[in-house]
Parts: sequence; C-alpha cells; structure tokens
Amino acid sequence: MDFKSVVFYLFSAVLVFASLRVITARNPVRAVLYLVLAFVSGGGIWMLLEAEFLAITLVLVYVGAVMVLFLFVVMLLDINLDRLREGFWSYLPLGATVGALMALEMGVVIGGSYFDLFENRVPALVTDSNVKEIGRLIYTDYVYPFEVASVILLVGIVAAIALTGRQRRQTKAMDPAQQVLVKASDRVRLVSMPSEKLEDSVPQAGE
Amino acid sequence: MTLAEMPFILPDLRPASAELFVLAMACLILFVDLFVKDTRRTAVFALTQLTLVGAAVVTWAGTSGEVVYTFSNMYVHDFLADMLKQLLYLTDIIVLFYARAYVVDRPLLGRGEFYTLTLFATLGMMVMISANHFITIFLGVELLSLSLYAMVALNRDSATAAEAAMKYLVLGALASGLMLYGMSMIYGAVGSLEIGEVAERLQAGVANHSILVLGLVFLVAGLAFKLGVVPFHMWIPDVYHGAPTAVGLFIGTAPKLAAFAIVLRILANGLLTLSYDWQMMLLIMAVLSIVLGNVAAIAQHNFKRMLAYSAIAHMGFMLLGLAVGVVGGDARFTLNAYSSALFYVVIYVLSSAGAFGMILLMARAGFEAEDLDDYKGLNRRNPWFAAMLMMLMLSMAGIPFFVGFFAKFAVLQAVVASGQIWLAVVAVIFSLIGAFYYLRVVKLMYFDAPADPTPIQAPLEVKALISANGLAVALLGLFPDTLMWFCLLAIRLSLSVFA
Amino acid sequence: MAALHEFLTSLFGAATPTIWIVLQIVAIVLPLMAVVAYLTYAERKIIGFMQVRIGPDRVGYWGLLQPIADALKLLVKEIIIPTGADKALFLLAPILSIVPALAAWAVIPFSDTLILADVNAGLLYAMAVSSLGVYGIILAGWASNSKYAFLGSMRSAAQLISYEVAMGMALITVLMVSNSLNLADIVRAQGEGIFASHGVSFFSWNWLPLLPMFVVYLVSGVAETNRAPFDMAEGESEIVAGFHVEYSGMAFAIFFLAEYANMILVSALTATLFLGGWLSPVSFLPDGLFWLLAKISALLFFFLWIRATFPRYRYDQVMRLGWKVFIPLCLVWIVVVGCWMMSPWNIWK
Repeated sequence: MDFKSVVFYLFSAVLVFASLRVITARNPVRAVLYLVLAFVSGGGIWMLLEAEFLAITLVLVYVGAVMVLFLFVVMLLDINLDRLREGFWSYLPLGATVGALMALEMGVVIGGSYFDLFENRVPALVTDSNVKEIGRLIYTDYVYPFEVASVILLVGIVAAIALTGRQRRQTKAMDPAQQVLVKASDRVRLVSMPSEKLEDSVPQAGE
Repeated sequence: MTLAEMPFILPDLRPASAELFVLAMACLILFVDLFVKDTRRTAVFALTQLTLVGAAVVTWAGTSGEVVYTFSNMYVHDFLADMLKQLLYLTDIIVLFYARAYVVDRPLLGRGEFYTLTLFATLGMMVMISANHFITIFLGVELLSLSLYAMVALNRDSATAAEAAMKYLVLGALASGLMLYGMSMIYGAVGSLEIGEVAERLQAGVANHSILVLGLVFLVAGLAFKLGVVPFHMWIPDVYHGAPTAVGLFIGTAPKLAAFAIVLRILANGLLTLSYDWQMMLLIMAVLSIVLGNVAAIAQHNFKRMLAYSAIAHMGFMLLGLAVGVVGGDARFTLNAYSSALFYVVIYVLSSAGAFGMILLMARAGFEAEDLDDYKGLNRRNPWFAAMLMMLMLSMAGIPFFVGFFAKFAVLQAVVASGQIWLAVVAVIFSLIGAFYYLRVVKLMYFDAPADPTPIQAPLEVKALISANGLAVALLGLFPDTLMWFCLLAIRLSLSVFA
Repeated sequence: MAALHEFLTSLFGAATPTIWIVLQIVAIVLPLMAVVAYLTYAERKIIGFMQVRIGPDRVGYWGLLQPIADALKLLVKEIIIPTGADKALFLLAPILSIVPALAAWAVIPFSDTLILADVNAGLLYAMAVSSLGVYGIILAGWASNSKYAFLGSMRSAAQLISYEVAMGMALITVLMVSNSLNLADIVRAQGEGIFASHGVSFFSWNWLPLLPMFVVYLVSGVAETNRAPFDMAEGESEIVAGFHVEYSGMAFAIFFLAEYANMILVSALTATLFLGGWLSPVSFLPDGLFWLLAKISALLFFFLWIRATFPRYRYDQVMRLGWKVFIPLCLVWIVVVGCWMMSPWNIWK
C-alpha cells in the first residue's frame, strides 16, 4: 500500500465516520458540523484524484457558504431532540432489516464485478491547470446544460422571493427626506364652516 | 493559451430558437413585472400569452421532419419535439386562460411570479422534450420541478398548499435523487451520458449487464415518480388536492407531455437493447396503476382528488402502450405501440385540462368548487357547462365515440398485437370499473338537486375555451385519424429505431 | 538557503522534506505572531495620535512592551466556561477561527521564489480557507449559550457570507486578466504592460485597470475581518462584544490573534492581487520581499485609519451595501472586463 492509498483510506474512514455521526449525533448543531467534516474529507478525496478545482470548490461553496447558512438555521430552530427521537428505537429493527436487505440485494446483483470498474478507468490526467480544462469544457461542450443550470438558479431566486417577500412594511421608520419636504398645508387644513347638526357629514381633515 | 486566443465557436443556435425565445421573454417579463402597478397583472398575463404564441410561431417556422442535433449532441430537434412543444404551448395557453379569473381573485397567487414561473416551467419542459443527454434531461426535470414546487406553495397562507408543496418537494427531490443515481450507474457501465451513444455502446454489448440493470431500476423508478404511477404515486393525490386549483390544472396537464417525451427518449431511444428488463417494470407499474387508480378514485368525494386517482390510472394506461413495443426482441410493434401511447397522453392532457377548467370556472373568490357535491344539479344551473363536463367525463371514461375511447382502443390494440391478451382483459375490466366514478359525476349533474341554484357566469373567453375543449373531445372522437396520423409520423420520424 | 537545506539533509536524512516544511511554516507563523502583537500596539498608538491623545506609554519606552504585558495578562487569566455552554465546541471555536487565518498564508508568495506551496489553484485555496473562519465565530456565539454572543455570531455569519460573494466576484476579474489562479503568476502578470515597459510598473498593477474591483475588494476585506466600520459582530455599544463576550484568558486572546491575523492576511492578499505583491513600483529599484511588507503595512495603516474615522454602519446598511451595491457592481464589471479583453484595446495580452 503506497502513501496515496493510506491517505485515501484515512479520508474515507473519516468520511464514513463523519457521515454516520451526521445521522446519529444527538445535537443537531454537532450533526451539521460532522456534515462539514464529511464535506472536507470528500474534498480531500477529490484532491487525491487530482481534481483540485472540484475539491476546493466543494470546500468554498458547501463548507464556506451553504453549511454556514445551514448551521444558521439549525441554531435558530428550537429542535426538541427527545420528541424527534421518540420513535427511533421502535422503528430501528424494521428500518435496519429493510436497509440490510437492500444492501444485500445490491451486493448480490453487483457481486464482485463492480470493483473491476476502477481498474480499467484511470482518470484522464489533464496536463494544463484543472481549472482551465473545466472552464473550457463548461463553455464549449457543456454550455447548454450550464446555461440551463443557471436558469434553475434564477428560478430558485424568483421562487424564494415569491414565497417570502411580503409586501407589507417591515418598519415604521420615517424617511427623513420625506419628512423634510413636508409643508404645513399637508398636515393641517383649516376649513371655515357654518355650525351644523351632528348627523351631517363632517369634512375629513387632510384629504 | 490565453483567454483571448481560445477558439470561440458558437454552437448552432437555430434548432433551439424556441427555447431561447421563451427564456428571453421570461427574463423580460420578470423585469416588466417590477414596474407593473396593476394588481390584476393584465400586462404580464398578456405578455406571457404572447410569448407562448410567439414560441409556437418560432417552433412552427423551424419544423422540418429532420432530426438535428446541436450543443454537442445534447439537444435534439425533431418532429416529435416540435409536435410536443406545440401541444405544450397550446396547453399552457388554455391553462392560463382558465386560471386567469381564479388567480386574479386570489392576491397571493395572482402576482407576476405565477406567470413567470409558468414560463420557466414551460422552458424546463421544452428542455426535457428536446433532451438528448442524461444531463439535460435531469436539468429539464429540475427546472420544471423547482418551478412547480414554488407554484404549489405560492398560496402560502393556505396550510394545505404548504403541506402539498412540502410533500411534493421532498418526494420530488427523492425521485430526482433516484433518477440521478440510476443515470450515474448507467454512466458507470457505459461510459457515456449521451442517449445515442449509450444506445450504440449497449448494442456493441461491452457494458456490465448487472450494473446496467441496477441503474435502470433506479432510473425507471425516478421516471415513474415524475409520471406518478403506482407504486410511486403517493404525491399525486395530495398535490392535486392541496395545490391551488390553477396550479393543479397546470401540474395535471402539460408536464405529462414532457414526461412522456423523456420516458420515450431514455427508454426507447437510449435503452432499447434493455427493453426486456424495462418493459417488465413498466408492465407491473402499469397494471398496478390501472387497478389502484380506478378503485381508489371511486372512494373520493373531492373532485380534485378523484381526478388525481384518475390521472394515476390514465398514466398506467399510457405506460401499457410503452411497455408492449418490443416482443421477444422483435421491434416490429414499436411504431404502433409508442404512437398509441403518444395519442393517449395527448388526449389525456386535453380532457384533464377541460375537467380542471370546469373546477376553476365554478370557483369564486373565497369558494373552491372542490367537492363532488358542488356539482349537483349543474344542469339546472348552466346546461351548457353541464353538457361540456359530461362530454369530458364520458371521454375520460372511454365511452365510444368520444376520443377517450379511441385512445384506449389504440393502446389496447397495441397490447393485443403484442400477444398479451390477459393484459388487455385486465385493462378493460378496470376501465369499466373506473367508468363508475366518471358516470357518478354525470349523475350528480343531471339527476340531483343543486344545493345552490344560482346560475353560473363566466367570462366570454373562458366560456368559448371550455366549449372548444369539450367539443374537441367530441369532434376528435368522430375524426381521430388526423391526430393519430400525426402521432404515427412523430414517432416514425423521430425514433432512432426507424432511422 | 540551499546550504541550510544541505545541512538539514545531513542531519535528518529521509525526514528532511517534512522538517524543511515545518521550518518554513515556523518561519511564517512566528513573525506573523510578532506582527500581530505589535499591530495591536500600532493600532492603539495610531488611533491615539488621530484622536490627539498619547496612547499606551507606561510599559517600556513609548509603551513598546505593552503587547507583551497584555499577552502575559491574558495567559495567566482563567478561561471561564459559562454554565450551559457546549464545552467542546466552546473550546473548539477559537481554534477554528485561528487555523484558517494561518493556513491561508501557505499560498502567499513573498517573492518570486519564496512561497510555501506554489499551487495552481492558490487563489481558490486562499478563498476557500479564509471562508472557513466564519465557523469559529458562529460556534463561539452558539456554544457560549448567551444571547449577546449569539446575536453577534448571527450578524457576523450573515455579513461574512454576503461580503464573500462580492469578494469572490471581484477576484473573478483579477483571474480573468491574469489568466491564472496561481498567486505568483498573478503577481508576475502585473509586472507586464505598457507602463511597466516604460519603467513605472506601479500603473500596470491591477489596482488601476480594475479600480472599482480594488475598492470593492478592499472594503469587503474590511467587512470580512469584522473591522470598524463593519464591526457589527462585536458592536460593543449594543451587544457588548458580540460573539466573544463570554470568552476570557487565552481563549479570548486567540480570537484576538485571529482577528488581527486575518487583517494582515487580507492586506497581504490585496497587496498580492491588486498592488503587485513583491514588485517594485519603479524599475530603478529592485523587487523584493520588503516591497510586499511595505504594501501590507500601508494597507494595515488604512485599516486603522478608517477605524478611527468612520462611525459604525447600521446592520441593514451593511447588507444593502453588500447585496445592492457591491454585487451588482461586480457583475457589471465582470462583463465590462470581458468585453474589454475581447476588444482590440485589450491591455493584458
């Protein structure tokens, strides 16, 4: 086993452990942090495959931005752990059986043949910088999916704003610019009128 | 090589001009919507309809019968795509007209986003219809789904809508995951994601069969989710029921066309070599859907829920057509089988649009005409609308000489031709059972007393449209040949088996 | 250098590369810590002068030993862990905030050859690593189990994410014109151009052709480091001290170190990306490390200067500036630079 394999198994072990802890950690904040760890180890494995752009982007986008927002939300939520875990043990046998069965079936279907795939597929090593190569492909061969993906993001923005942007005013703060512009006539209108009986309509001030 | 020295080759954009047009207009409408003060959003509505008409013109101008690939073979332009896109625009236009009054009455729905999201969903469906690559198929599905999730949730003060949107989102994301996993397995086995190349490499027989089948299972499961057939149908009733009716109308119609397109492109164009495997899966799902859809629909009291189960049954019927194309390795029957499925889905979309349109027509501000009881005595309130809804119901039930009958007939013919008589028998029996709940609506309309005898009013264009929709079902029933001919042509010109 | 390397080889044999790297890291981190210490001193002195007072002058001549005294004081203080705090995360947080501030230095080129890790995607690496610093702040706020700390960390998380977007976009133009993500290449690319060939490479550096992006980057840098006028995360006058209000002793000192190390890092990155790194502004003076140090010092002075000058932003103003001013500006400028590069007036060939 060469050094690279050792690093690979190390990262993989950390990845598997962190992923397990994501779903078993009692504290949701810790679960999110384990997810961060899983992402970082995933990035490490990509780095081993010489896909440094993907690795760093994974860290930059997922760890640096997405998971921070995730953490944000999880921290703000008041998650009652005990209630969440109420059914865990009673469902565990069924869930575990189903999961084990599925894994077994997949194993039977694939057998040992799956690992052959790795043998005959060496990642095409790019001579130039990884980033340049990806950029070139994205803007030539994959320009169509790339643009469609950007439309999806646009829809995400539109949808988020449509679902959250209420039209009501959030604050009662005055706009000073508007306040300065006010004239006496906007505030008070003096109306001379003869005295009337009550049921007659009273003119409204400020109309 | 610096950036400036890189060769800059513009891909051939002409085949995709309709998509580009819709995208540009959708972005324009987003901007226009910012400056429109009108709460009815008439300008946005008009622009959206114009966009769809414009897209139809652009597509029409580009129609030839040839198969053209562009964007490094990720995009295909063929007659099937043109035909489905035209039907898509037509469906969209009808949907927006039906939905207009409904969304104007509901301030949360009737904002500009309703129209722009419709356009983006339409763009997603166009991408799906013209996809020739697993990545574009996936992206098209996601574009469509994301728009739909948001549209279902648009009415955010409604708890049922929020619940429906949540269910739709979670199950939809799961389905996307399944599909993506299946695609990655197939990629692992074949080494390509482009549909034509996948087919070629499969034919060459170099791929690991067990991995392929595993990928296929996930892929078909994902597709079944999107189509809404048993056992991946759980979201359909909740979403149809919970979504605002205008959105339910949209979900229940146009996406079926696009879903049909991707199923056909993936299975019939890409994985035809594996037809033995996927036909089995489709058959099982089809039979289960027909059985469960028709039986469960009987128990419903909510018209939208009933239509949801009817949709499940109809999609099952459609799948029957797709599942009998290849018999014992012989692709002789594919043309008839697939074109009957195409015919079926087109007819289903037409009838379903009419049925949902009636719900929208009956609904007013603050009142949803969702319960079957709301349709009691419709004949006395407005005999013309009652007649239209009756025709739609009879067509969906497959009563002869409405077009629904011919759609079922064509599929059954294909099933019988493939030699699976028992399948045809099962399908017929459960269709007969299903006829019960359609006829129940007719009975309610004609033989029961209305709870609220006020006559029903509707704007002129909606009245005209629903009449056209109802009459089309009847007229197409008398002359189904033209549409059938188009379906045959589309399949023959566009499927690689016939190239 | 080579002689030292040979000497090490004779001493350690096969383990030399590892030892060599460790030595290099030490050679970066130790001076950095000293600079951090004296940066705090400089801050107090400079702001003192700006506010017409003397600043620290009791410990040593002109108060020169003040940072040492502060460090000693913090070292011997107790680290108090509040009741209800998540102990492990509470202690992990300061470490998470200092490590990225130090790790990013690996790719900073000090001169043409003096660089710890000359990797291709250096710029991306620096961005990715510095984006991790936010975890320290968030976790500190949450693990403290205190509402002021939590408010501070929420503010700072939102602020950091917002300004990271603007910062990243400003960097896109830099990598477009340099045609590389390698920081050393970016510096070298700034040494070429019309002005550089006339002997004033000062005007060929990225700050001039990319002036709007330079401003965006610099201001975002101030916001990223949570410095005044963007110090909402601390906001002494409203939420006492924000995320580190519950910290004391060394744990607090580490946050302090991280903040100043980040300041220096942002200055170094700005100097590298926009101000020509180790390059000399005029051709008759030699290039070298001291130019980089001079540029970093000037930028640090700028940091202190604006702290002494501007009042703190209101929170919504911070968000408005980031999302509604900087990001649109960056988007437009990316297109402008793209068009510029494809036009015949391209100056970066």
